[in-house]
Amino acid sequence: MQTEGKVFKYRDNVDTDVIIPARYLNTSDAKELAAHCMEDIDGEFVKNVSGGDIIVAGHNFGCGSSREHAPLAILTCGIGCVIAKSFARIFYRNAINIGLPILECPEAAEEICEGDRVIVNFDTGEITNLSTSKKYFAQPFPPFIQQIIKSGGLLASLKERDETDG
Amino acid sequence: MTMTQKILAAHAGLEKVVPGQLIEAKLDIVLGNDITAPVAIKEFEKASFENVFDKDRIAIVLDHFVPNKDIKAAEQSKICRNFACKHCLSKFFDVGKMGIEHALLPEQGIVTAGDCIIGADSHTCTYGALGAFSTGVGSTDMAAAMATGKAWFKVPSAIKIELCGSLPKNTGGKDVILTIIGMIGVDGALYKSMEFCGDGVSSLSMDDRLCICNMAIEAGAKNGIFPVDDVTRSYLENRAERIPVIYEADCDAEYEKTIEINLSEIVPTVSCPHLPENTKPARDLADIKIDQVVIGSCTNGRMEDMTAAYEILKGKKVKEGVRCIIIPATMQIMRECVEKGYVTAFIDAGAIVSTPTCGPCLGGYMGILASGERCVATTNRNFVGRMGHPASEVYLASPQTAAASALTGYITEYKE
Repeated sequence: MQTEGKVFKYRDNVDTDVIIPARYLNTSDAKELAAHCMEDIDGEFVKNVSGGDIIVAGHNFGCGSSREHAPLAILTCGIGCVIAKSFARIFYRNAINIGLPILECPEAAEEICEGDRVIVNFDTGEITNLSTSKKYFAQPFPPFIQQIIKSGGLLASLKERDETDG
Repeated sequence: MTMTQKILAAHAGLEKVVPGQLIEAKLDIVLGNDITAPVAIKEFEKASFENVFDKDRIAIVLDHFVPNKDIKAAEQSKICRNFACKHCLSKFFDVGKMGIEHALLPEQGIVTAGDCIIGADSHTCTYGALGAFSTGVGSTDMAAAMATGKAWFKVPSAIKIELCGSLPKNTGGKDVILTIIGMIGVDGALYKSMEFCGDGVSSLSMDDRLCICNMAIEAGAKNGIFPVDDVTRSYLENRAERIPVIYEADCDAEYEKTIEINLSEIVPTVSCPHLPENTKPARDLADIKIDQVVIGSCTNGRMEDMTAAYEILKGKKVKEGVRCIIIPATMQIMRECVEKGYVTAFIDAGAIVSTPTCGPCLGGYMGILASGERCVATTNRNFVGRMGHPASEVYLASPQTAAASALTGYITEYKE
């Protein structure tokens, strides 16, 4: 599995309030949420994003509220992967649980620039910046989490386990 | 093992756990609200689960946008109401019974010492004040937990926060936690537990401890936790619906680092926009002019907070041009504010009093800011656009600082 696209680059501590402002949380419709993704820090994001694109950010991406609406809005916009120096823990959990690929890779997050074209291979953790031809390697997910992603999210994996247990 | 590790080990049926270990733990309470529960309910139904694991251990509290602010919010509440009815949930709190979830659950004795709790709300870490392991998750985790009564966790390493001394007058738990976040930063405790201990603990009231643990997430922590002492026992007595189980950290428990806080050196502290770590003493911000004050939220909407605001506002007038919004966090607190005459005093001072709601804290309703406006709030986050327009500003402070600022129109350290 891989994604290829252009990069949107953001700062440290991108919080869930700017990913999806609470004024839009009166709905849980993914498409409605996606229409307002990142609008308080980047009004152009929704207009410019296309399928497979990649968000690259600094430390503590997704800090703040536990709203799953945040990774859901990012995923529904078409973002194929988020690469950051580090993730806030609830966002990290939520992204995995809904099937939004995220990778921690401080070096890639530091060096990759806005607008670069990047390919990410989720099986190997290999990140290739096509604009500079530089490669980076992120830590692949532990088997426990790979299983959740392979099943298509936490609930699907629970169902699978349930059926296996008989 | 630390206190957190011991609670997790016990709920996973293990004798010992180590930091980084992935475990599956049994849950005592699973929580959601009118924003997160509808997403969880959708997932629960999409996965065709038929039954919840225990109708008495799932709490759904309508608190963010109720009484409903608009049609869409009303539809979200309706999803919760229908689900609670279908599954006969005994801990469903609708308008009239509701309060802000993290004030309501401890007050009603639904959470207790030794519990393992998850909630689809980041401030679920509040219940660590009672000696419980409690952490925020997302809606999918909530859905899975409603079906199975279990959740997976990575056992956290710990930061020890050793408290000594006692707080000076007119400071409180809010000043303590803002000071700590200012020291370690918004990711200073990322993935870790914050284990409070030391001689200073006994001097902190339960409301102080709830406020401190509430904002552990604002340092990135998985949870915050206090040891169980006489203050905890007397709080839980005649309140907790299950028998408290007391865990203590081992003498040889390992901590990644220790932070020492002398409570007697704490000063009224304010977090400036747009991160909770941007802390300054309130007295250094006296030239910051404000448009609004909010006193309430899961952080500071409890009885001691209302009393602090009352003592400062009674017989005085809110500065012309400042809107002062006071929101008791639960109906019980609201009732006590009415009975003690606080509500009359607040109204006479020119403030308004709302029924319980998260409302303005997250920029939902009941006090949204226009561009360029500034608010001093006893809430927990001051991110860009948190309380309204992306060009508005939120300064986080204690109820004392917020009330004193309402009287002057500038950020003000309260002095008698």
